[in-house]
Amino acid sequence: MRSFVSVVLALFAVGAAAQQTVNMPIVIELSGAGAVSGTNFRDGAVLAIDEINAKGGILGRKIVAPQSDTQSNPGISRAQVQKAIDSDPYVILGPVFSGSVKVNMVLAQQAEVPQITGAEAAEITQMGNPYIFRTSFGQQMSMPKIANYIRDGLKAKTVAVLWVNNDFGKGGRDTFTKEMAARGIKVVADVPTESGQVDFAADVVKLKGANADAIFVYTNEEESARFLREARKQGVTKPLIGETTLLGQKVIDMAGDAANGARGHVGLSADAPVPAVLAWKQKFLKRFGYVPDHNGIKGYTGVYAVKYATGKIGKFDRKLLAKTLHGLTITPKQEPGILMETTWDAHGDIDRVSFLAEVVDGKQKIVQTLPKLGK
Amino acid sequence: MLLWQTSQTINFAQGEFVMLPAFFVLAAMKFGGLSFPLAMLVGLAVALLVLGLLFKRLVVDPIIRHGVLPLVISTIALAILLKEGVKEFYAADAQPFPAAWATTNLEIAGAAISVQSLVIMAVALVTVGLLQYFLAGTATGRRMQATAQNPALARVLGIPVKRMILYTFLINAALVALASFLVSPIYLAKFSNGETLGLVAFIAAIVGGFNQVKGAIVGGVLLGVIDNFVAAYLSAQYRAAIPLFLLIAVILFRPQGLLGRVEERTV
Repeated sequence: MRSFVSVVLALFAVGAAAQQTVNMPIVIELSGAGAVSGTNFRDGAVLAIDEINAKGGILGRKIVAPQSDTQSNPGISRAQVQKAIDSDPYVILGPVFSGSVKVNMVLAQQAEVPQITGAEAAEITQMGNPYIFRTSFGQQMSMPKIANYIRDGLKAKTVAVLWVNNDFGKGGRDTFTKEMAARGIKVVADVPTESGQVDFAADVVKLKGANADAIFVYTNEEESARFLREARKQGVTKPLIGETTLLGQKVIDMAGDAANGARGHVGLSADAPVPAVLAWKQKFLKRFGYVPDHNGIKGYTGVYAVKYATGKIGKFDRKLLAKTLHGLTITPKQEPGILMETTWDAHGDIDRVSFLAEVVDGKQKIVQTLPKLGK
Repeated sequence: MLLWQTSQTINFAQGEFVMLPAFFVLAAMKFGGLSFPLAMLVGLAVALLVLGLLFKRLVVDPIIRHGVLPLVISTIALAILLKEGVKEFYAADAQPFPAAWATTNLEIAGAAISVQSLVIMAVALVTVGLLQYFLAGTATGRRMQATAQNPALARVLGIPVKRMILYTFLINAALVALASFLVSPIYLAKFSNGETLGLVAFIAAIVGGFNQVKGAIVGGVLLGVIDNFVAAYLSAQYRAAIPLFLLIAVILFRPQGLLGRVEERTV
């Protein structure tokens, strides 16, 4: 009898402990081509979760965030998201790769679980999913900015495009070429590359042969670094322009001196001239021992957005959380963890200030701050 | 190819063998605080020990007596173990690897020629020259060739066959370490690098001729040139298929490889 009572009490204790936590699984790229992005996103999210838990959690509940690796593979990411859904999550954090998000976000939508993603492909928020939320600009927001820079800043009349042949790269390439056409800038070379590609010699030969006024590079982190090294090796002198990834700190670290001179638009930057962001960068560096890139900010601010919105509605209600996030603006004054004023629109797209940057002496240097689109 | 000639060892982990020494160097720098040149020496020493001596003693020797196929399967398993081991214990993402030479360019007749590429070509040519000289011009090299051609007869003639085979494994380890140090500054050091490198090296060896060192070199150069020409002037998307087309063509029309000798074996 005594043992029966003990078991019942233990079960109650476990139940009570479960009540005191909120489940936020991180489904992310920890290996494969997306490992750099995914690890940054994961570490940013973990940093935010630890801070929030240290202060008592969300509405008194501690966050538990089991991690699973998509291996940068859309099929595996779908299985991992299904596994996460089976554990009754409040929200799902990740993945970053657009190709993965496109195949797994339907599962989260069907289960009515808000999904906070780092993906940037334009069509992700154009498919009528009310449960998907970005943590950075989609391509439809960032490409007009980079296109304006190429037209007004570089005065380029022709441009060559190098892009990675996955959902992220294809979406970016399509949006970019549309923006170029709208501004009368001719795309004279259109060079697709493969995800995980290691040898860029032939691609650089093609780009050099096109003799464009500027070269726009839209690949993932590791490929960007390999491309920059090859471009330096072949003596490319034309401006190398990128959108966020090309100028990320991890790319700069991997490319070494070859990254110097690369420039472009960054939707998010750990080097943004914003005191809260710079303080966050130091905090991240101290905790994880490496300089974060924009994906770290995505993970960090994504968690704080959930915290703020949940605090606003006063209870854990997934549907209400999704509804609340649509059209919500969070300022650093309301929630310091959001770092910069951020607005989500009715599609889950994000709006906030962004930056023009250049790589100087192995560091990303912000040269101009661009206002929110809605201002 | 050296291993096949002397000990009938087909190593499907050869690509991972090229990937690994770069991580030995990075680990020596990161955890041992060594300078890059010292770390390269440590990397070379560890490669000789792990990829030469231990590979022979722990993997090849116990399994080769059961036939070539079990060894092939073992080296496939070894490739997975090495790859996942690096991913688990060092890093899943690509790591920058310092270059031991200048990364500047020379301007010759309006063309930018990378010092890095020149150094790689020079080191490769010198290494191949030295290897050829060693194999053909020294007593030890000739003993190794004799071992490769007929181990039983070599034993009768008093050649220490086991030691010759060990030398081959050590030379192989030194060569993969050198390849790793040359290629990693360009490709970056990553646990999955062996997949591409291993496949290409294997195809190059078959195309050039599996029983000729110069054949493998010719195969490698041919493959590299065709691959880049196809990617630059035909289609980048189908570049991965070209080496396989070449492989099929060689197997169909010249199975001994471009420079290989026809060999007959008793079965």
